[in-house]
Amino acid sequence: MLSTEKLNEISCQVRRDIVRMVNMAGSGHPGGSLGSTDLLVTLFFSEMKHNPESWTRDGMGNDIFLLSAGHMSPLFYSVLSRSGYFPVSELASFRKLGSRLQGHPSVEKGLKGVHVASGSLGQGLSVACGAAIAKRMRQENNFVYVLIGDGESEEGQIWEAAMFGAQHKIDNLIAMTDMNGQQIDGPVKSVMDLGDLEAKWRAFGWDTIIVDGHDKEKISAAFLWAKKLRGNGKPKMLLMKTVMGKGVDFMEGTHHWHGKAPDKAQTERALEQLKETLGDF
Amino acid sequence: MNEIFKNSGNKDTRSGFGAGLLEAGRRNPDVVALCADLTGSLKMDAFAAEFPERFFQCGIAEANMIGVSAGLAVSGKIPFAGSFANFLTGRVYDQIRQSIAYSETNVKICASHAGITLGEDGATHQIMEDIGLMRMLPGITVINPCDYNQTKAATIAIAEYKGPVYLRFGRPSVPNFTPENQVFEIGKALKLTEGSDVTIFATGHMVWEALTAAAELERSGISAEVINIHTIKPLDKKAVLESAFKTKAVVCAEEHLIAGGIGELICALLSRERPLPVEIVAVDDRFGQSGTPAELMKYYSLDSNAVINSVKKVLSRKV
Repeated sequence: MLSTEKLNEISCQVRRDIVRMVNMAGSGHPGGSLGSTDLLVTLFFSEMKHNPESWTRDGMGNDIFLLSAGHMSPLFYSVLSRSGYFPVSELASFRKLGSRLQGHPSVEKGLKGVHVASGSLGQGLSVACGAAIAKRMRQENNFVYVLIGDGESEEGQIWEAAMFGAQHKIDNLIAMTDMNGQQIDGPVKSVMDLGDLEAKWRAFGWDTIIVDGHDKEKISAAFLWAKKLRGNGKPKMLLMKTVMGKGVDFMEGTHHWHGKAPDKAQTERALEQLKETLGDF
Repeated sequence: MNEIFKNSGNKDTRSGFGAGLLEAGRRNPDVVALCADLTGSLKMDAFAAEFPERFFQCGIAEANMIGVSAGLAVSGKIPFAGSFANFLTGRVYDQIRQSIAYSETNVKICASHAGITLGEDGATHQIMEDIGLMRMLPGITVINPCDYNQTKAATIAIAEYKGPVYLRFGRPSVPNFTPENQVFEIGKALKLTEGSDVTIFATGHMVWEALTAAAELERSGISAEVINIHTIKPLDKKAVLESAFKTKAVVCAEEHLIAGGIGELICALLSRERPLPVEIVAVDDRFGQSGTPAELMKYYSLDSNAVINSVKKVLSRKV
């Protein structure tokens, strides 16, 4: 378990990676990636039982993480490489022809850490249910983690999976919603109001908790809470309150940076706010 | 001398699937099954009864069922997801595309009630585009067996094959004429009759119609070679070309739209290799309607008479 200070250092570097990757590619999704950085760093560097060296796609003997909101690929790739799944230098190939770091995660070219393709929204929670059932059948102690977006929760399949998870008592599944309140066309509230998400998940039979998605101690505590509740027959939903674009002042809290690359000047301005802690790729 | 195919008694191909699934489940503990509220229709109840801990009821939520199947497959299970063909293709195309095909997950998509012979429920449930939809997806094997015995054998075979498969079968009782306990070889077309004047490539329920047509044609002195294209993708190109080059006249027969079916597939192959006259027995750009399976097969020209007419037509164009 790393100290909060160390986790903050990693987060800062991951945010630099995200900004630089998207800038170098000339496209990509910085907003959500920056917003979910703290929770994914906490998960990978502090909470998840995983071993990059012995990783296999079937996830045997390890916890599994699935990114359902596949557009947060810059964040996912940075966290994977900084955890040791593949060389950090490979981040420079993001979205380039022939790269294993496709615009949205894929398994085709065998990138370690990716279990399933994602990007077309709403599918990852179902996949996570299947993976968690398989672990339960094998009586593995491991957990399956999955990250979805609040905008993504407009997809009907999310709620199909919600019913399935409760019906089949999948209590080794820990899902997270990145609640940044923004989506491509504007605030979630004005595009398609989700209402009280926590009440919805509870009504579907899940254990829920609302967490400050930038406070690493609170995030850790939420994971601990979820893990302790295994065996109660209910899947877990961690509703992470985040700020889209977190860490870069001009990107914070607006949907404008959902899927837009910063230009050279904007990138420089962003990097001034993010200390290089572990060395750039 | 052609082998005479005997109908050992009408049976539905979906029951062949049910029997094959049970057998596959007994052979391999990693085989699991999922269904979206059609367990009885899919004949999956025997598996569910014998292996309750390996059967997952998904409710009327096919998109989630596809995703759950992908997750089980990622984690080393061999999921058989069953529903009607209509709800397992068009309805969940993007889920199959991303979570199964592109993700290369070892999921068996088991589609019953395919084609017009679904019958009385009508066009909302009668999908005749499914072969086309599935064969367009890179990496998916597409199989359409012809009778009970072959569907059972195919079900057992796909459990042993690693990779996504679309297995298509149907609702009505139809002649059961292929050998019991046959070994199903994925990708290998089966020559059922030896002929010299015309080749009939048929798939699914149309194989029996093609055999019936060939027997009648033989009585009027026309020698037809019938080839069962049970695996549509990958197509057995060698078998197709060998027979087509020999007879120089081709009829394709399928319970599907012309668009996306085996007729188009074989035409594309022949036009690249050596163009030959081809007739296609299939439905041309329209939806089905309510009726009994037999009535519909006749109404939509998907029976042995339609095959005979197409053979005569293609022979008149033969050079």
